Amino acid sequence: MDLIVLRDVSFRYDGTPVLVDIDLTIREGDFLAIIGPNGSGKTTLVKVILGLLEPSSGSVEAFGKPLGEFSDWRKIGYVPQKATHIDPFFPASVEEVVGMALMSNRKPRARSGREGRDDILRALDVVGMADHGKWAIGRLSGGQQQRVFIARALVTAPRILFLDEPTTGVDAETQASFYDMLDRLNSREGLTIVLVTHDIGIVNKHVTSVACLNQRLVYHGSHEDFCRSGVFRDMVTRGDHFISHEH
Amino acid sequence: MHALLTYGFIQRAFLAGIFIAVACAVLGLFLILRKDAMIGHGLAHIAFAGVALGLFLNILPLAAALAVAVAAAVAIVKLKDRAGLYGDTAIGIFSSLGLAVGILLASMARGFNVELMSYLFGDILAIEPLEVGLAVGLAAAVLLAVRMNYAKLLFMTFDRESARAAGVKVGRLDMLLMVLTAVTIVLGMKVVGILLVAALIVIPAAAGLQVASSFRTAVRASTAVAVVSVGAGLGLSLVLNIPASAAIVILCFLAFALFSVVKKGRGFSARAK
Repeated sequence: MDLIVLRDVSFRYDGTPVLVDIDLTIREGDFLAIIGPNGSGKTTLVKVILGLLEPSSGSVEAFGKPLGEFSDWRKIGYVPQKATHIDPFFPASVEEVVGMALMSNRKPRARSGREGRDDILRALDVVGMADHGKWAIGRLSGGQQQRVFIARALVTAPRILFLDEPTTGVDAETQASFYDMLDRLNSREGLTIVLVTHDIGIVNKHVTSVACLNQRLVYHGSHEDFCRSGVFRDMVTRGDHFISHEH
Repeated sequence: MHALLTYGFIQRAFLAGIFIAVACAVLGLFLILRKDAMIGHGLAHIAFAGVALGLFLNILPLAAALAVAVAAAVAIVKLKDRAGLYGDTAIGIFSSLGLAVGILLASMARGFNVELMSYLFGDILAIEPLEVGLAVGLAAAVLLAVRMNYAKLLFMTFDRESARAAGVKVGRLDMLLMVLTAVTIVLGMKVVGILLVAALIVIPAAAGLQVASSFRTAVRASTAVAVVSVGAGLGLSLVLNIPASAAIVILCFLAFALFSVVKKGRGFSARAK
């Protein structure tokens, strides 16, 4: 099933093209990496898909509906890039942070009371943070915070999860267990995952398909074909900024 | 003191004061965490114009202040959105305008300057039965609106972008929060006056934040500070014959200082209560 379909999507910021004629389909079960050099439009693309930015032209469909008519946002989870930079003094417990997502204005099927708390504990259990429910979010490490934000994205039982550079500033060991967890969510729970990353090591080890962006969609296909296509080699040869961690 | 509590005007002051204190404390938490704490000052200055207008037109000053403050709150949100102004700029524009209009109206009708003073410095003990009904009803409505939107307000305050992505209509919530703040400021000015009402919004919430590591405990601690300060401030005012507004705000500050010492003493708690 096609979960997200973009047709001829362009986005301009103050007249400057950021995305140009993007056609992209994200299918159920994908573990897709969106890669590209700095300023290639990766984060913008995710924000357009999520309805946070309005495309200048083209159309976006989510679960078979134009984005303007789509209302069941609980099906889509999102962990933003800046999640690692939260206010460490914000007075919120881990359970409160996860519980925030149980309310959605566009689909007010909020679960509350015992049922909601069960959902919160289940989501925390999935990310291995069930023992930290009462902890203040600001007291957790960067890696633990990211797990909590993923739990928040998972608490509404989404069908697709978007993560924008989720391990920025997180140490290599924590990153490894983090991506193993994403692997499990994708392979065992059937969760579709879209990951924006600079890290080619992650792409090589974890994802099943790759969308390579540089304002335009340079490549979209399987990871194996991507490695053979030479697109990556060309980008590295040009000096595009990538990092590579072996996990 | 016990005998004093049998007087109707004192009972009315306690009833209205405590309802307003709770509304101020709860809203103050959201405003501080959004870095909008100074909105209280701005809306209080705008409410001054409303009070002056009410006295000038010989209508209930509280009602006039309510209408002017709510209209200004809506205008501030719209101006921020459409003119791309920073929050403080829009607030600065409208609060200055509010003060200017208030001063103009006060100078045009010299007769009401004494009554205007009671709004500037607060006079909760002189609250009328109609104003008590209005204050209790509106404070309850503010708290109900916050309760109904609690999770969304918290989500938006903590992580605005993720809240939007989850379907929370943050623009509507911004407007709601501003309107609720305007209503609460107008109610609070009857307790501590236009000049000190921002303190009732900011200090109890700031005190609660000193000792809380979950939002729920922050709400409880802030509310406790506000209620105890208003209750004890009124009591001290009656016993010592001092201005209630000053007593309330000084007690709020002492609670803030105490909680800051407690925080320093035990370090930032890792576990939510």
